[in-house]
Amino acid sequence: MKPPGPVLAVAGLAKSFGGVAAVAEVTFAVASGEMLALIGPNGAGKSTCFNILSGQLRPDRGEVLLGGETITGLPPRAIWRRGVGRTFQITATFASMTVRENVQMALLSHHRRLWRFLRPARSHFADEADALLAPVGMEDQAERCAGELAYGDLKRLELALALAHAPRLLLMDEPTAGMAPSERGGLMALTRRLAAERDIAVLFTEHDMDVVFGVADRILVLDRGRLIAEGSGAEIRADANVRAVYLGSGATSGGH
Amino acid sequence: MPGADQILVALLTGLADAAALFFVASGLTVIFGVTRVVNFAHGSLTMLGAYCGWSLISRLPPTPLGFTLGALATMLVLAVIGAMMEIGLLRRVYRAPELFQLLATFGVVLMAEDIVQALWGVEDLALRRPPWLRAFVLVGGARFPRFDLFVIVLFPLIFLFLWLLFTRTRWGRLVRAATEDRDMVAALGVDQRLLFTSVFALGAALAGLGGVLALPDASANLGMDLTTVTDAFVVVVVGGLGSLSGAALASLLIGFLQAFGIMLVPKATLALVFVVMAVVLVLRPNGLLGRPPGRERASGETQAVVRPAPRALGLLGLGTLILALLAPFFLGPYALAIATEMLIAMLFAASLHFMMGPGGMASFGHAAWFGIGAYASAFAVRLLAAPMPLGLLVAPVAAAVMAALFGSFVVRLSGVYLAMLTLAFAEIAWAIAFQWVNVTGGDNGILGVWPASAFAGPRAFYWLTLLLTTLGTLWLRRILAAPFGYALRGVRDSRRRAEAIGVAVMPLQLTAFTLAGAAAGLAGGLYAYGKGSVFPTYISLGHSVDALLMVLLGGVGTISGPIVGALAYTGLYDVLLSVTGLWRLVLGAAIILLVLVFPEGIAGGVFRLWQRMRPA
Amino acid sequence: MIEISLSRRALLAAGTAALAAPRLARADAAPIRIGEINSYSAVPAFTLPYRNGWQLALEQINAAGGVNGRKLAVISDNDAGKPQDAVRLAGELVESDRVDLLAGGFLSNVGLALSDFSAQKRVLYVAGEPLTDALVWQNGQKFCYRLRPSTFVQAAILVEEAAKLPAKRWVTVAPNYEYGQSAVKWFSDLLKAKRPDVEFVAAQWPALGHIDAGAVAEALASAKPEAIYNVTFGPDLTNFVRQGNTRGLFEGRSVVSLLTGEPEYLDPLGDETPPGWIVTGYPWASLETPAHVAFRTAYQKKFNDYPRMGSVVGYSLIQAIAAGLGRANGDFASDKLVSAFAGAEFETPFGHALFRAIDHQSTLGTFVGKTALKDGKGVMVDWRYVDGASVMPPDAEVHKLRPGAG
Repeated sequence: MKPPGPVLAVAGLAKSFGGVAAVAEVTFAVASGEMLALIGPNGAGKSTCFNILSGQLRPDRGEVLLGGETITGLPPRAIWRRGVGRTFQITATFASMTVRENVQMALLSHHRRLWRFLRPARSHFADEADALLAPVGMEDQAERCAGELAYGDLKRLELALALAHAPRLLLMDEPTAGMAPSERGGLMALTRRLAAERDIAVLFTEHDMDVVFGVADRILVLDRGRLIAEGSGAEIRADANVRAVYLGSGATSGGH
Repeated sequence: MPGADQILVALLTGLADAAALFFVASGLTVIFGVTRVVNFAHGSLTMLGAYCGWSLISRLPPTPLGFTLGALATMLVLAVIGAMMEIGLLRRVYRAPELFQLLATFGVVLMAEDIVQALWGVEDLALRRPPWLRAFVLVGGARFPRFDLFVIVLFPLIFLFLWLLFTRTRWGRLVRAATEDRDMVAALGVDQRLLFTSVFALGAALAGLGGVLALPDASANLGMDLTTVTDAFVVVVVGGLGSLSGAALASLLIGFLQAFGIMLVPKATLALVFVVMAVVLVLRPNGLLGRPPGRERASGETQAVVRPAPRALGLLGLGTLILALLAPFFLGPYALAIATEMLIAMLFAASLHFMMGPGGMASFGHAAWFGIGAYASAFAVRLLAAPMPLGLLVAPVAAAVMAALFGSFVVRLSGVYLAMLTLAFAEIAWAIAFQWVNVTGGDNGILGVWPASAFAGPRAFYWLTLLLTTLGTLWLRRILAAPFGYALRGVRDSRRRAEAIGVAVMPLQLTAFTLAGAAAGLAGGLYAYGKGSVFPTYISLGHSVDALLMVLLGGVGTISGPIVGALAYTGLYDVLLSVTGLWRLVLGAAIILLVLVFPEGIAGGVFRLWQRMRPA
Repeated sequence: MIEISLSRRALLAAGTAALAAPRLARADAAPIRIGEINSYSAVPAFTLPYRNGWQLALEQINAAGGVNGRKLAVISDNDAGKPQDAVRLAGELVESDRVDLLAGGFLSNVGLALSDFSAQKRVLYVAGEPLTDALVWQNGQKFCYRLRPSTFVQAAILVEEAAKLPAKRWVTVAPNYEYGQSAVKWFSDLLKAKRPDVEFVAAQWPALGHIDAGAVAEALASAKPEAIYNVTFGPDLTNFVRQGNTRGLFEGRSVVSLLTGEPEYLDPLGDETPPGWIVTGYPWASLETPAHVAFRTAYQKKFNDYPRMGSVVGYSLIQAIAAGLGRANGDFASDKLVSAFAGAEFETPFGHALFRAIDHQSTLGTFVGKTALKDGKGVMVDWRYVDGASVMPPDAEVHKLRPGAG
């Protein structure tokens, strides 16, 4: 059973930098278990949007609701605590720790055990960490140093990190950037499966349109800060505005 | 009230000061901007410039032409020295961990002092001024040196020259590109080595110019390396690292501050400069015109995984500890005194390593906490007649309180800016200890801080020190292995990831800063009792540098590093001091040699060798 | 018990010959051992001539048969300008090298640290150069003697001359630390006592080694003083004099300047030496007393260089110690030795002096005179020697200034 109402609801979000609107009146929602792709050309406002959602930026206007409660303007830490996991375009992991220790860190933070000064960190939550590494296929590499992993493995480690506190929402910024095309499908299929199993809503940005149309339940298209289209893969493919933006048919966006 | 003429003269004086600062600082900022080397030897290059300039100009006709030729020749000589320094030393350690190059430049500072003394002797060398260098112009009713006017004019000219060089030439464009993205320039097939060498030569030539232009108003002397380099660092950091315009702006700010500051607060000019630097950094964490540091270091670079100590190392540690416990039975009193100092140095270095290695917060002013601890013990003894246990308790507490108060500003910054803010605080603390004689006793210090009679003997005090420093060091190690230490290391590895998994970064770093301060404070308290007195030298830049050298020598990447580094450095220093008058030359050479042989520090290097020899 | 210092000594024998000045100047049989500590690498401009001075005295005394038939040996250490290192080295000298007494010091804090150590370990310490009054007064204690005239004495000597000047409006410039602050305080207190009509209208306190000389000169000039009292020395002084000369700060004004007549500080001024400054110092070229001529000749012969103030201090220090040891009649137990030094009389290149019993300060004086230019170099002219004893405060005052009597 899916809970009533969307996991994430965004209403009238707006943010300007020096008078230039990076995001303008953006409204959308993501349901539990749904994979929603946010696409658009460079400078469309995807990153700004993401940074507002994860708390790095404070919006000028608008509201962000997580499970019906507002999280607008909360710091990243607080948003994470309320159940939002995140992966980065350029992977961010703890390079001086092993794969297992990376996940142990996330678990320690989740269980509010970071401010402990005596017992070694390695003795905390080792089994739980392995339980998170297994589904992403990283259990064999638990003892390896994160700094020496292949890029695809780093992406999977990041996924395990983002899932450590059983989030309701997963924000993935360009999840397949920098990966070999052959690996991309695998990572997204894994994400899709985990999201479905755990009832996690996934919002991701992506440049690879094969990935977007292959995995997303729904697609949002941003251009110059505005939402210009929303719908299934087929609907987006058919959308004239989207074609204008991506294919450069001569019309400027919003210039109808 | 000063009249308009006076203000005009003060303005001109400030401009002349600003120009002098800019010549040296511009070289430093250019070198840092491109090579990312924090060149502590920049003041030594200025000193060399002054001495070379003195030798050359004294032999040339005393005319403006002779002076100009001498100055240009000096710049050429310095450019060659700079290029040699880059090729022979720094080029070999670019890939070492951040700030490691610092260690190499410290080696150069030490060697340069003895070399200059050997070549030019110990007396200040003042350039004989021909009449044209003594001339003045009348400003209002006051006389202003004509040479200083010439220096003021040279300021915008040099700035313009550098600006054109960096914006209008192919070389300049490449250098700027290298500043933005080193890998990109390398990818474009540009010979970076040549680029870096030429930048270093340019920076050294500018340092030389600064030295030459100081001659008519001052003298070539053996103390100018350190006074110059601290001033230049302040300017570069206030302006924003790597920013030429920032250096110019900051030179003006500091120059005017000095010229007008002495009218307003004549007793606090030294502290004033550092207060201004601290304020600028608190308000603008990247200096006036500096840009935020580039993207986060990509994962997987340089950071070795930290694993628990192998069994063999644990046994070695235990063996050493037992040996240390028994030491008083076979060591003489002097050797025990050295051993006591080594133990205190070990805790001091471990505390710096705690925040610098796993914490990623390098400090150029760690002696502040050591000194505050020492002074707190001394005040407790002298003012409250506190017994020794209380005196030793007050030391870490006072240091922790000050570190917590000050640290809340520090943890907002990162990298060299953070390090320079700690330096600013340490310099202010030093100025208070040195200049506020009525309270601190000034450089005469506070005497009579001898330990309680039970610990007065060298053996008893050694055991007490062994107990407290070992506990302190082990506790710091324990914290590093505990969740808190992991979180600290996590923030260093990837701040974004740490924030994204809910780590409260600033409170965490502030706590680490405070703990490091407390440990350094305890070391300071013990030191005060060990020596029976406290002095401003405990807080001096030199003492902060000692701590840095110990940590870097031992190796930042390993947890045993600071222990090895402290023992090696203290031992080396003590031995050299007593066997040779040229101890700086030998110590500097030893440091440079170690840098070249062990780019990951002594402990790191030994660990690597041990791993290589171990059967797979 | 194995002494680590034995191996250190072996290292020393190998190392010193090539690299350093001899640390151990050994005499033949059972010499009297003097442990000497100074800032050889930190303050070389003073300490290297100083070392020449004590080596010369050592050579002369030992050539003449030593003290009561025993030769003197000096074991010398470098404290690198850090009082904490001086204390550690003192520990080694006393405990490992078994020296009979400690000597040396240039920086005031090193002197005070060594004095405190000497009280703690109950061993005699004879300070050479450290100028701070605290050494024999506030922090004075029975195990410490001091050779050089203190900051107070130097200032008091200058006040005698300053009081004769017509000037009423005074300004001061001094490095901002204990020495500079004491030097200004004594000078202004003593001058005001002698000349109630005098006022001090401005004070500049440049940080040591960091003087902004142009701005300081302007600030002083803007107070429109009739006379200037200067305490800066070394590189700060050179900067100050050059800016002051160009800006005309010293023209039509009297300047009274502490220590500026010492060759260490006067020589770098060269042809810019402002004439007519009233200074304390050492007129090495024109002092023709038999004692000084003998010293100067021997010094120049041995080192091919003229003596500096440091040379006189080093030389006189060993002479003073020899005199004190001579009165101990071979009993070098600390208490005996300490009493033997009280009242010990000795000859210096400046003349006769003795260690006062009341505060363990020697009566060695200094010269006061005027600066002048001669052949493009600064010299002292119209000088006279002022015996230290003649400007000391009355005994009752000294007792008050020296609370920890003994």
